[in-house]
Amino acid sequence: MTQTSVPAYTAFKTARPDQWVKSVTGDWEIIVGMEVHAQVSAKSKLFSGASAAYGGDPNSHVAMVDAGMPGMLPVINKFVVEQAVKTGLGLGAKINLWSRFDRKNYFYPDLPQGYQISQYLYPIIGEGSLEVASEDGSMIMVGIERIHLEQDAGKSIHDLDPNSTYVDLNRSGCALMEIVSKPDIRSADEAANYFKNLRALVRYLETCDGNMDEGSMRADVNVSVRRPGGELGTRCEIKNVNSTKFVGMAVNYEARRQIEILEDGGTIDQETRLFDVKTGQTRTMRSKEDAHDYRYFPDPDLLPLILDEAWVENIRANLPELPAAMKARFQSQYGLSAYDADVLVADKEFAAFYEEVAKGRDAKIANSWMTVELFGWLNKNGKELSQSPIGAAALGGLVGLITDGTINGKIAKDVFAKMIETGDEAAVIVEREGLKQTTDTGAIEASIDALMATNPEKVAEAREKPKMLGWWVGQVMKATGGKANPAIVNEILKGKLGID
Amino acid sequence: MTKLTELNLHQALSGLAAGDFTSTELTQSYLNSIEAQNASLNAYLVVTGDKALEMARASDARRAVGNAGALEGIPLGIKDLFCTKGVRTTAASKILGEFAPEYESSVTTNLWRDGAVMLGKLNLDEFAMGSSNETSAFGNVTNPWKRKGSNVALTPGGSSGGSAAAVAAHMCLGATATDTGGSIRQPAAFTGTVGIKPTYGRCSRYGIVAFASSLDQAGPIARNVKDSAIMLQSMMGHDAKDSTSLNVAVPDLVAAMAKGVKGMKIGIPKEYRVDGMPEEIENLWQQGIAWLKDAGAEIVDISLPHTKYALPAYYIVAPAEASSNLARYDGMRFGARVEGVDLTDTYEKSRATGFGEEVKRRILIGTYVLSAGYYDAYYLRAQKVRARILEDFTNAWTKCDAILTPTAPSAAFGLGEKSDDPIKMYLNDVFTVTANLAGLPAISIPAALDVDGLPLGLQIIGKALDEETVYSVASVMEQAANFSARP
Amino acid sequence: MSVDDATVRKIARLARIEIHEDKVTKMANELNGILNWIEMLNEVDVNGVEPMASAVAIALPMRDDAVTDGNIQSSILKNAPKADSGFFVVPKSVE
Ligand SMILES: [Mg+2]
Ligand SMILES: [Zn+2]
Repeated sequence: MTQTSVPAYTAFKTARPDQWVKSVTGDWEIIVGMEVHAQVSAKSKLFSGASAAYGGDPNSHVAMVDAGMPGMLPVINKFVVEQAVKTGLGLGAKINLWSRFDRKNYFYPDLPQGYQISQYLYPIIGEGSLEVASEDGSMIMVGIERIHLEQDAGKSIHDLDPNSTYVDLNRSGCALMEIVSKPDIRSADEAANYFKNLRALVRYLETCDGNMDEGSMRADVNVSVRRPGGELGTRCEIKNVNSTKFVGMAVNYEARRQIEILEDGGTIDQETRLFDVKTGQTRTMRSKEDAHDYRYFPDPDLLPLILDEAWVENIRANLPELPAAMKARFQSQYGLSAYDADVLVADKEFAAFYEEVAKGRDAKIANSWMTVELFGWLNKNGKELSQSPIGAAALGGLVGLITDGTINGKIAKDVFAKMIETGDEAAVIVEREGLKQTTDTGAIEASIDALMATNPEKVAEAREKPKMLGWWVGQVMKATGGKANPAIVNEILKGKLGID
Repeated sequence: MTKLTELNLHQALSGLAAGDFTSTELTQSYLNSIEAQNASLNAYLVVTGDKALEMARASDARRAVGNAGALEGIPLGIKDLFCTKGVRTTAASKILGEFAPEYESSVTTNLWRDGAVMLGKLNLDEFAMGSSNETSAFGNVTNPWKRKGSNVALTPGGSSGGSAAAVAAHMCLGATATDTGGSIRQPAAFTGTVGIKPTYGRCSRYGIVAFASSLDQAGPIARNVKDSAIMLQSMMGHDAKDSTSLNVAVPDLVAAMAKGVKGMKIGIPKEYRVDGMPEEIENLWQQGIAWLKDAGAEIVDISLPHTKYALPAYYIVAPAEASSNLARYDGMRFGARVEGVDLTDTYEKSRATGFGEEVKRRILIGTYVLSAGYYDAYYLRAQKVRARILEDFTNAWTKCDAILTPTAPSAAFGLGEKSDDPIKMYLNDVFTVTANLAGLPAISIPAALDVDGLPLGLQIIGKALDEETVYSVASVMEQAANFSARP
Repeated sequence: MSVDDATVRKIARLARIEIHEDKVTKMANELNGILNWIEMLNEVDVNGVEPMASAVAIALPMRDDAVTDGNIQSSILKNAPKADSGFFVVPKSVE
């Protein structure tokens, strides 16, 4: 029976000077560690056969076990265990073949058993790491302390009745992975990127849907400040932050709040705080006075969770391609920059969309049409990629027309707008509206000759100032209704105007 | 025709099979017996007469078409710790209020599968915490046995006091019970009945109100060893709904009874000779040794050196688990709620009003030993002592096949006699609790009467999953003892 | 280790059991009686002993991931002291 003890935190490395918070009394350093609760994607709950699906009538996705009825017993979901192992492997973490479930005892109406079943001393996953971008573009490694499995609580609704709280146990007993980082994060950006990358990872692995609106991922952010390299400060835990943006905001606000208190000669109370999305501020939730004594002890209804090494290795062998590997592949296969590749692999859906757009087409044109044009339009209209009126195949069709010279970039923008408007394919629009690019050098030459004849002074000017070429191109495009192939126009103009 | 309630379980099965009487008749005669005696004994908390007759008629119909199960038509009492669908289940606590579960325990499901009939729900110590049935919120059970020439009301033992009293008084043919520290065996000894706690994991705990999960185990209380074997065989079996249920085949216990003890080694642990134990119990123990010797067994002296630490270890482990198991009784989703000024006040008032004194005491002890700073000194140490106790038995099994001990350090005592001294009360379980800590099967059989004419029991402890040997030894002892006294 | 009145109040609060002030000392005495008796365990040499959490020495059995339960709202709420519109109704509990 091997039992590993919980390892101590690694040394607290000092932040880069550019990350220090400058203030009148000197510089401060921010230290952040995060505990992310991710709901495990599974059909049923951690210890019961009730549906783990989001929503539903109140108390409909509830088995007697989930309601803490007398004599009811937990039986663990094997797929959930597999999902935790998969997540651990994705983080390069140690898989503990021996782990155990403990009870965390406290009273709350949405905690039906009077305890949460969790893994306190012996978690299923040990140390791992996640690569995260820092604000200067460099990459840092954030250590993963552990991942443990535990039950979610039910939901208390306080606004249905002035005197009572209404309790819905649909979430009660859903499986959560609590992913605990080491305090290796040194700025708001790193914190936000850590959360973002973690979300991307679990979505690649399909171990959590990462759906923030449904509370599938939420972060408890531990923030403290200290003088660079100095003694550690008291930390505050900001509970249940549910978006990348809010994680960054919460860290920034909380660090500045703490610095202000310390500079005024005050001290930081260790406490649990809430992030208010309306004000962007954090506020006290509960303080040390009513600190809980959770009386953890091994759950006698369950036995040690013992995993077969071959089973774990089989999961490892079948892991999908993960963001870091995909990013490297995008750089080499598509010739994208590290930045562009990073944007695309940030989400499994983006990457898959991109690969379809780029298939057999110009990879860089595909990238810019997806990340600049399409993302731009989606952003402006407050839509997700999944709600895009132009699918990957359709956008690929447009990029294909650009790649093979059927239309030029300028026309493509019009076609793009029409695609959104009509839902038609690019080729259909181009055909219908006669937007095919003119590559007929004779026709282009004729229109250039005509323009030169009517603007002799500009001809002379262009020979003096080669920058004038732009004006000439514009005129030719205008004369050809925008359909002339810009490369050919350039070529012919240079020859005729005598610009090298 | 003899009174139907005079027949024991296996005789009744024969009579039903021969068509001498129907389950409906048999069930009715037990309902009459309950009607006549329950007011004085208080063994049943709920009598489900209509349901019983309905089940009996259905049983008769099954038998008529040749579809009879192993307990077809047998009327049983159910300890009120087993959840029974649609029937009020109280654990003898006020905190459960009018709770009527929407589900059935696996053990009772097995009994109904085999054709048994439910007569009602039996009284117990509140949440099975007690050794005298005096902690029941619905009043104590009275032992049908009395001291010779005395009218003093005696305890039937506990916590399965209602089960033991009902079996002894022929208010059912057999009863379910549970045993966390001795709660089947001690009441069996106090009432002249046979009670077995099987190996931990043999009977599913699904649907049984939990007291201490790592110790709780269900078993039957019956009038004789064979009835006990028939009932246990039906109650046992793997259950996927209980993660601690053992996935092993159910042995043929009735067949095991015929095996005898010839050549078997029976261990006698010297540490079970405790201070202040009545001489009669020591003599009975020697008598038991002689019976087994006569039947061809070899008697070996063994040592279980950590025996005296079993009860204190138990009084850490069991309350700790109970403090957590009983957290769900909070008046929020089921049971009785006492409204307070706010949430915390409602919790505190509901639980203060709903739980009795002994339950509160144990919850507080359990809360204390698990709380920050005390966990290692109490809980972790107790778990290590528990490992030592198991080790004692593991060593013993290299020398013997089963162990013979007295069941309890005294005969049934008077109600109220020990209720103001918790530790004195706890010492009732001094011989039984080791089997719970080690997870071993152990049976109590009635062996003799003391000078006051009260039954005394002997206990046989077996190796894990070796209920067959336990029944082999028990059967030999039963024949030798020839215990036929009645209350 | 002995339990004083303040400790009794603390653990009673943790256990959510109201204890009237005039019963606190009595309870402290009772608990101390039991705890003193339990102190006996300190005599046992437990060096190098693995704590025993269960009498069952097998690995945790696992079930397949399938929806086999739920959709029993009325059964779930059947015994509730208070319920409304499919919810359990409990005293106001805003943190
Ligand atoms: Mg946490
Ligand atoms: Zn957690």
